[in-house]
Amino acid sequence: MVKSKIKGFIVNNNSLWSDAIYRLSRNKAAMFGGVILILLIISAVLAPWIAPYSYSYQDLNLGASPPSSEHLLGTDILGRDLLSRILYGARISLLVGFVATGVALVIGVSWGIIAGYIGGKVDSIMMRIVDVLYGLPFIIFIILLMVIFGRNLWLLFGAIGAVEWLTMARIVRAQVIGLKNQEFVMAAKAMGVSNISMFRRHLLPNILGPIAVYATLTIPQVMLLEGFLSFLGLGIQPPMSSWGTLIKDGVESMEEYGWLLIYPGVTFTITLFALNFFGDGLRDALDPKTSDN
Amino acid sequence: MLAIFVRRILIAIPVLFAVASITFFLIKIAPGGPFDADRAVSPQVLKNLNEAYNLDASNWEQYLDYMSALMQGDMGPSFRFPGRSVTEMIATGLPVTFELAFYAILIALVMGIFSGVLAALKRNTFLDFIPMAIAMIGICVPTFLMGPLLVLIFGINLEILPVSGWGQLPGDKILPSLTLGFAYAAYIARLSRGGMLEVLNQDFIRTARAKGLTERMIVIKHAMQGGLIPVVSFLGPAIAGLLAGSFVVETIFQIPGLGRFYVEAAFNRDYTMILGTTIFFSAMIVFFNLMSDLAALWLNPRSRDL
Repeated sequence: MVKSKIKGFIVNNNSLWSDAIYRLSRNKAAMFGGVILILLIISAVLAPWIAPYSYSYQDLNLGASPPSSEHLLGTDILGRDLLSRILYGARISLLVGFVATGVALVIGVSWGIIAGYIGGKVDSIMMRIVDVLYGLPFIIFIILLMVIFGRNLWLLFGAIGAVEWLTMARIVRAQVIGLKNQEFVMAAKAMGVSNISMFRRHLLPNILGPIAVYATLTIPQVMLLEGFLSFLGLGIQPPMSSWGTLIKDGVESMEEYGWLLIYPGVTFTITLFALNFFGDGLRDALDPKTSDN
Repeated sequence: MLAIFVRRILIAIPVLFAVASITFFLIKIAPGGPFDADRAVSPQVLKNLNEAYNLDASNWEQYLDYMSALMQGDMGPSFRFPGRSVTEMIATGLPVTFELAFYAILIALVMGIFSGVLAALKRNTFLDFIPMAIAMIGICVPTFLMGPLLVLIFGINLEILPVSGWGQLPGDKILPSLTLGFAYAAYIARLSRGGMLEVLNQDFIRTARAKGLTERMIVIKHAMQGGLIPVVSFLGPAIAGLLAGSFVVETIFQIPGLGRFYVEAAFNRDYTMILGTTIFFSAMIVFFNLMSDLAALWLNPRSRDL
């Protein structure tokens, strides 16, 4: 795609993606974030096998004990192994991050493509709806839904996803409008390509870059939102643990047992750092023009 | 300008009306009545309660009653605190939350703009890297972690600031305001750095330099007016975020504000209180978004005819 010749001299013979991967691999902060993310995802997936104890196994005689060789990160007030709870918590926190972002992606991308491609009245109505929804305090509606329908994990995914799609819809729409008038799209239209395959074959592949970038930057926001709800006691319910609930438990006993706050807090923060660095790096790699530097 | 204002208000009114209606009916379909408490209530008492709270009328009648009372600012009685009306509770919590939000915004603006503008002017030096690194920390450390950490450091270990309360001990407003303000300071620092960098490269800045204005004049009088537009547009959404932040901060520091009332109402299933605060928060946020958009328009005349 980026095949360009200047004075007969081949400058760049790579595709957009391999070019982006090359640039990404040169960005140390992004690579660092990426490695941490991969490690986290692997350990979350393998949690049942690598966690030293079950997340709900209690050793009440032990109570809250500081880090030791038996319990690398110590135990909580019910004698549960903190490392195991953080590993199992990673499953929930990352799952919320990915699934809710997925929900946001599906809604946002479809909304944006339809509005941008059809244009006219449909577009202005659809985007006006987005504008109106933007101005509402969605956090309150998530809390409302959790209160009314119970604190259900899938409802949480859906509710967070249903909130985070708005920006995605705007980004996708702007991209589609830019593409719509290009020759290859007109050619495809002239050849009688149906709307569905127009979206799938011609529009979607060309906007994957911005979508990937925005999705990576949505995941930490979603995880923050889940942490926020769980911290207030309105998200994940015990005995399941997410990082938000672990931080909440840590805060309750932080005066005596500081490690119960510090370790989950550090894990959460490092993950958010990693996601933000990786997302920023991906943005710079795919579109060097928008880079801050 | 006036036309935009009027149009936005005309959109806002039906939106708020829809929010109130949807919330009302959502709460009506919620499983369980408001009086399904831990202890069973005798049928006669339940009947009296339902009568007192107008729950024996049809949903439609209740809706009409609620909406007409709402127009007059009456949000009905609280289900959990007999004898107190929702309007009254909002009125007691609001000043506290406003004060907290005001200090937080003030801290965010002063810290954020100062470090952002400085970073843009001293680009690629330590005065750029260090504030921006701190800003990244501010963005990645969530409020619900920052608050407890500040308490742990300044309240428990150093024992120099009170760990909770609002207006009871000297200095007890410092930690909550810092906790809430810090994350926004980080965003504002990044936004003002970006905005300033864009403006500083433009021709009118070069003209100002060529005229021989002092650097201070250029920055304060010319660059900041344009460079800070992103910050102004951010303030509307930031107020919405501050609200969510106030839930956390008021819970951590046990501050009797609106945010804590809302979280408690959510826990207690105090439906009238939830309904009232949801409508109130929505109205407030729609209002602040409107204000911040208008301020951004006012600062950037080119976007006025959009």
